[in-house]
Amino acid sequence: MNLAAASATANPHNPWLAHTVRIDRIVKETPGVATYDLVFEDAAVRKKFTFRPGQFNMLYLPGLGEIAISISGDPNQTGRVPHTIREAGNVTRTLAELSVGSTIGLRGPFGAWWPVDECVGRDVVLVAGGIGLAPLRPVIYDLLSDRERYGRVTLVIGAREPAALLYPSEYDDWIRAGLDVQVTVDRSVGTWHGNIGMVTALLHRLPLPDPGNTLLLTCGPEVMMWYTVQGAMERGLKAESLYVSLERNMNCAIGLCGHCQFGPQFLCKDGPVFRYDKVASIFKVDDL
Amino acid sequence: MTRSDANDVDHPKSGGTRQLTRFLDRQDLEVLIQRLTDDGYQVVGPTVDQGAIVYGDITTSADLPIGWTDLQEAGRYRLQRRDDDAYFGYVVGPHSWKKYLFPPVTVVASADRTEVGWQMSTPDETPPRYAFLGVRACELAAMKIQDKVFTGGPFVDPIYQARRNAAFVIAVNCTQAAPTCFCTSMNTGPRCSSGFDLALTEVVDGFLVEVGSDAGNELIQRLPVTEATSKQLARGETSRQQAVDQITKRMDTGGIQSLLMDNLRHPQWQDLATRCLSCTNCTMVCPTCFCSSVSEVSDLTGDHIDRERSWDSCFNIDFSYMNGGPTRNSIASRYRQWLTHKLATWHDQFGTSGCVGCGRCITWCPVGIDLTQEVAAIRSSPGLKADDIERDASSNGEAAS
Repeated sequence: MNLAAASATANPHNPWLAHTVRIDRIVKETPGVATYDLVFEDAAVRKKFTFRPGQFNMLYLPGLGEIAISISGDPNQTGRVPHTIREAGNVTRTLAELSVGSTIGLRGPFGAWWPVDECVGRDVVLVAGGIGLAPLRPVIYDLLSDRERYGRVTLVIGAREPAALLYPSEYDDWIRAGLDVQVTVDRSVGTWHGNIGMVTALLHRLPLPDPGNTLLLTCGPEVMMWYTVQGAMERGLKAESLYVSLERNMNCAIGLCGHCQFGPQFLCKDGPVFRYDKVASIFKVDDL
Repeated sequence: MTRSDANDVDHPKSGGTRQLTRFLDRQDLEVLIQRLTDDGYQVVGPTVDQGAIVYGDITTSADLPIGWTDLQEAGRYRLQRRDDDAYFGYVVGPHSWKKYLFPPVTVVASADRTEVGWQMSTPDETPPRYAFLGVRACELAAMKIQDKVFTGGPFVDPIYQARRNAAFVIAVNCTQAAPTCFCTSMNTGPRCSSGFDLALTEVVDGFLVEVGSDAGNELIQRLPVTEATSKQLARGETSRQQAVDQITKRMDTGGIQSLLMDNLRHPQWQDLATRCLSCTNCTMVCPTCFCSSVSEVSDLTGDHIDRERSWDSCFNIDFSYMNGGPTRNSIASRYRQWLTHKLATWHDQFGTSGCVGCGRCITWCPVGIDLTQEVAAIRSSPGLKADDIERDASSNGEAAS
């Protein structure tokens, strides 16, 4: 019958097959959050592996299961593939007990990416909440690697408290490379001299000289993204210039298992990054 | 092909020119089964088991549900003797062919602990070669829909694809319908028009046989068939028309995508939640439902792990579990997910409805929920687009980072 032979040859790799990766480095980021640099054991796979900012991998701990984790590294660098992971469930807690040299499995990369090509010649605002900075870090690296191609680039970071800020040691490098970094925390401590409050408050007073020509990319809790896009539209940004990264239960990552559906979208293959106007009508439907 | 519908995919079996209709004598059905067996096929088809007509191995025509029929209505299914010896004198049972193409439990990958760390592999097995005997038009449509799901890309499920490619399909035209049938509303039947190798229409003393593919044409050369007489053809036409005439259930599919997606906050979902048990029966018997979950199955040493894929259901509360809790925590939200997916968002995803009108979900629902009535209820009182966005927004005004 040779059913759908064309699509089979277009994707000859068995999508269920995970590659062996070795944990090459573990960087403790914040309490309960660490970045794992993973290296493919197979040199050919290592060389061939590329990803776009915003894409994710399925990390596999045999006997425990898989988790969908956004790649948090530089898309222009090959070799080590960083994943910033918060301890949340069985798999992530067990991963936190592993040490450098351990092997796990990896399938990927999967999913849609941030519109970095569209950013060329435009102002860009990145709004990250908590661990949501991890899927946006590849965008930061990508934009800063060729900074002149873009207009104003602003990063707004929100965290619960100063200790929960992700990658703080990199902020100075990013600022030197031409990124306007704005930081705010929900709860202050004595040594904190920065902003206090939600990212939306910061966004509200952000200079946006050319809102019609500004892209906004946001990743964080859904409610934060909702207020961020509402605030951005109030400031004159267009719905089709706003991008969000959504999260749902992910099981197969290849559009076959049904778990990650959000209305008509499969988050694994249509997302996780969506142009806001594509999901606006269902964004605030309860329990969808 | 006389009919084109949204479910038609580019499939070798849907092409070709219609050939002469042949006649296979009733007693020579045995020869058909033997030829398929000799060709290396595992013939599977309807059998009577556990008080129902279910699909199982067929080694002889005596395994078929000779002289049995099924009585179906919402929440009820019973077998009953017929007053004749028809082989295919029933409608559809709780099984569908997806259990062969998309097995209820199957290993998709394995992991082995070695001296150099975990090594992963995928099964390298020769797929079983099934000959499906007795595939109804709605089931042909269901296969085409699952073809799109599993092989339409961007990723292809190798297990489904291998089994599908190896399968031989013998369709059987319906000559009767149940009160739960509504294939005519979904444009999927009852006439088998494409997607088969051979199609049979059962008449009193035998079968009219149509060829739908090269493989079917090759097989029919080796069967003791004769050219069908005009009398036999007329009998077949009468029998098939009988099924059409018996279909009473209708579902108005006009604008159904916007009807459902514009009514995500309709009170009917809450009404449904007072009846639906969230038991998953509808998704298990549905010939197109494809949701699954992979679980880790370890041997005693923990050094060998099989990744086992099992049928799952959007009605299971864990199905939408995400860091801290299920996204769809209520029965109303889970039924809404199932129905909107089946009838509305399936179109966005696969360019076709996910419903073929077979009526299984109506028959096998323990409380007799009938999706066609639920759609009609929403249609009869639309416009309740109570947009709670403002209210939601003001009640979630904290913890924005």
